[in-house]
Amino acid sequence: MSEQLDYFRDRIQAATATGKPLRIAGGGSKDWYGGLLAGDLLDTRGHHGVIDYEPTELVITARCGTPLAQLEALLLEHRQMLAFEPPRFGDASTIGGVVAAGLAGPRRATAGGVRDFVLGAQLIDGKGELLNFGGQVMKNVAGYDVSRLLAGSLGTLGLIAQVSLKVLPLPLVETTVRFELDEVTALARLNGWAGQPLPLSASCWHAGVLTVRLSGAEAAVAAALRKLGGEHVPDAAGFWTSLRDQSHGFFDTSTLWRLALPPTASAQILGGEQLIEWGGGQRWLKGARAGAEEIRRSVAAAGGHATLYRAPDKGAGAFHPQGAAIARINERLRRAFDPAGIFNRGRLY
Amino acid sequence: MTPATLDQPYSDERLRDVAGALRAVLPAACVLDRREETRPYECDGLSAYRQPPMIVVLPEDEAQVLAVLAVCRALAVPIVPRGAGTGLSGGAMPIADGVVLSTARLNRIVRLDAYSRTAVVQPGVRNLAISEAAAPHGLYYAPDPSSQIACTIGGNVAENSGGVHCLKYGLTVHNVLRVRVATIEGDIVELGSEAPDAPGLDLLSVFIGSEGMLGIVTEVTVKLVPKPACARVIMASFGDIVTAGNAVAHVIAAGIIPAGLEMMDQTSARMVEPFVKAGYDLDAAAILLCEADGTAEEVEDEIARMTAVLQAAGAGAIAVSTTEAERLKFWSGRKNAFPAAGRISPDYYCMDGTIPRKNLAQVLTGIAQMEVKYGLRCANVFHAGDGNLHPLILFDANVQDELHRAEAFGAEILALCVAVGGTITGEHGVGIEKIDSMCVQFRPVELAAFFAVKGAFDPAMLLNPNKAIPTLQRCAEFGRMRVTNGALPHAGLPRF
Repeated sequence: MSEQLDYFRDRIQAATATGKPLRIAGGGSKDWYGGLLAGDLLDTRGHHGVIDYEPTELVITARCGTPLAQLEALLLEHRQMLAFEPPRFGDASTIGGVVAAGLAGPRRATAGGVRDFVLGAQLIDGKGELLNFGGQVMKNVAGYDVSRLLAGSLGTLGLIAQVSLKVLPLPLVETTVRFELDEVTALARLNGWAGQPLPLSASCWHAGVLTVRLSGAEAAVAAALRKLGGEHVPDAAGFWTSLRDQSHGFFDTSTLWRLALPPTASAQILGGEQLIEWGGGQRWLKGARAGAEEIRRSVAAAGGHATLYRAPDKGAGAFHPQGAAIARINERLRRAFDPAGIFNRGRLY
Repeated sequence: MTPATLDQPYSDERLRDVAGALRAVLPAACVLDRREETRPYECDGLSAYRQPPMIVVLPEDEAQVLAVLAVCRALAVPIVPRGAGTGLSGGAMPIADGVVLSTARLNRIVRLDAYSRTAVVQPGVRNLAISEAAAPHGLYYAPDPSSQIACTIGGNVAENSGGVHCLKYGLTVHNVLRVRVATIEGDIVELGSEAPDAPGLDLLSVFIGSEGMLGIVTEVTVKLVPKPACARVIMASFGDIVTAGNAVAHVIAAGIIPAGLEMMDQTSARMVEPFVKAGYDLDAAAILLCEADGTAEEVEDEIARMTAVLQAAGAGAIAVSTTEAERLKFWSGRKNAFPAAGRISPDYYCMDGTIPRKNLAQVLTGIAQMEVKYGLRCANVFHAGDGNLHPLILFDANVQDELHRAEAFGAEILALCVAVGGTITGEHGVGIEKIDSMCVQFRPVELAAFFAVKGAFDPAMLLNPNKAIPTLQRCAEFGRMRVTNGALPHAGLPRF
């Protein structure tokens, strides 16, 4: 396996020497996400395999090219999971890509996102140095927490060669109920529930129906069901997977906006159709009447940011523009790890 | 390292210039520059190391923080931020010719909103004060470091503080949504937001735990979570440490994430029992505290399952708290381990390594051997759920060489933690205390990367310099001196 690391290092050092950009990719299942692709392909899939997994330590360490499906299957054998429910946009998805993209699924609002579960990482920087950050333990405050910084960095800081992630036991029981509610009432209901000790683990409002998932010990879920009421949805696992992987019919669109908002933000009137997840924190928008600038202005005014998630033309920029001071810190960090600017150029900003 | 107090390393003229510039931008009462005023700031919770600063400032609002930073930038004065000074690693220890920026007057809860489950607070607000303010709404702020009655949220952000419930509820990094920061360059930036996944690099996660070296926090938005309806704790005795460690693994393997999962060794139990009278089994080699929280039904269910697992795993006596008073009594010994150490020993030195839990027996055996080697006793308390070990080395600083031996003992424990795949600090931070141990855990390339991260936020290297990240020269020197079996002489001297 160190042959693979040597290969990565050689490619990176050559690219830095010539200033020719590299496009780091795992399975390529998220090639459409973020800015346009640029540079020569550097395929990480040759560096694969779970290095360490002891279920009772609640940590799994794997090389970047390890297929997500394989890793999650291993966890499932031990009744454990990646609690942030990473989307699988294709079978080829790798764990390195999961961390680099920083995307999470339905459990995000209650369990946390990718960065909340990253414990450590190995990174090959622009000079070809193999750097170790964090570790394989739950609590670690030695040095700056660079490993969490890699979650969502889209490969712009270097090649994520290996990651250690916290894992959690599968809930003993999961059940799903639905309510017919309009958007405003649904948002109010979700925020009200979130302030109470209820075992909510996912939510979705779409087309006048609010669907929520409850996860936990049998007694807790049963007590919550009595409190919430609603109509039981049998065999709902497929529904939540269809949201996670965006195979749900709503996502059958060429242009899709992701609005990240404070969960209590009021309904965003932008025309088109919305699907709301994460208790109101993540709102998908398609068929918007408003243009990119108006969408971003409206969402920013409500304390959020808007990503042009999928689109044939991302001329408006995939990600919400940053303020000057934040952009400067981002740029310096990027230069610190990638002085020649070779990694995934233009993918993040 | 040995404690050192340097004489005034700056001229009277320099003091006059810096104090004058600060008085021009702050109310007179917010600038302290007489030795009798600055003396109370000479150390934090790591009291073996003392150094009064040149000046202490106590800004009252964000504009004053920016003004202080502007003065310090213009005059190239290093700044050490300080919350309540409860830190255990010397992160807030002053620099002799520098300014201490105390957040004591930035102590307002700006907004607490039950509907959005958030509180916006200034950095000097105490951790517990947030939970107290949220209590009428059935909410609380989850991270609960033992010092929560005194420590501030700004300090918690700096150290990424945990507590006894963090296996289930997370650390500071999992419970802070946004920080507002004054940068040394004079900008106000917001890292994170109430909306998930702020665009660009996740600066919030690298800022949390950065020990005051990247910016000055002026406001923090924390997540409030619903208070569980009830909680109960199991107290279980074990005849040996290995069995106790395995029992913890069995609980996790059963798919349970307890609200709290703590272990004490016999030395700790015997140390605290006379003071707290918690009813600990003093013949046990280890005592495990295992808490369940949630609805009454949920707690009953989980307690039953955990009890069965612990019994099967070889627990001796098992007691389950039946009232809230009893629950607090069971916890009292664990929570009071540090004060109890202070009662039975003139001094104690608290370590903070984290290890993969499976290596607990190996590490405790190693510590037992070190007790003999260094001729000092050590009591061990352990956040068993997340592998965070707090050995308390008992010593008497007035006895020739004991501080020196305690520090060498501590450094060897940390080296052992790293050797078994762990880390030198789980939650207390590096500060000045563990700066040499950083050389054991990281290589020069990683240390260089840390300096580059610092440079991205603080190009002038004025914010809490010479803490947390050792220079390569320092590591080289440490390495050389370690071979000759020693602590660093004159460790208080600025090096490089």
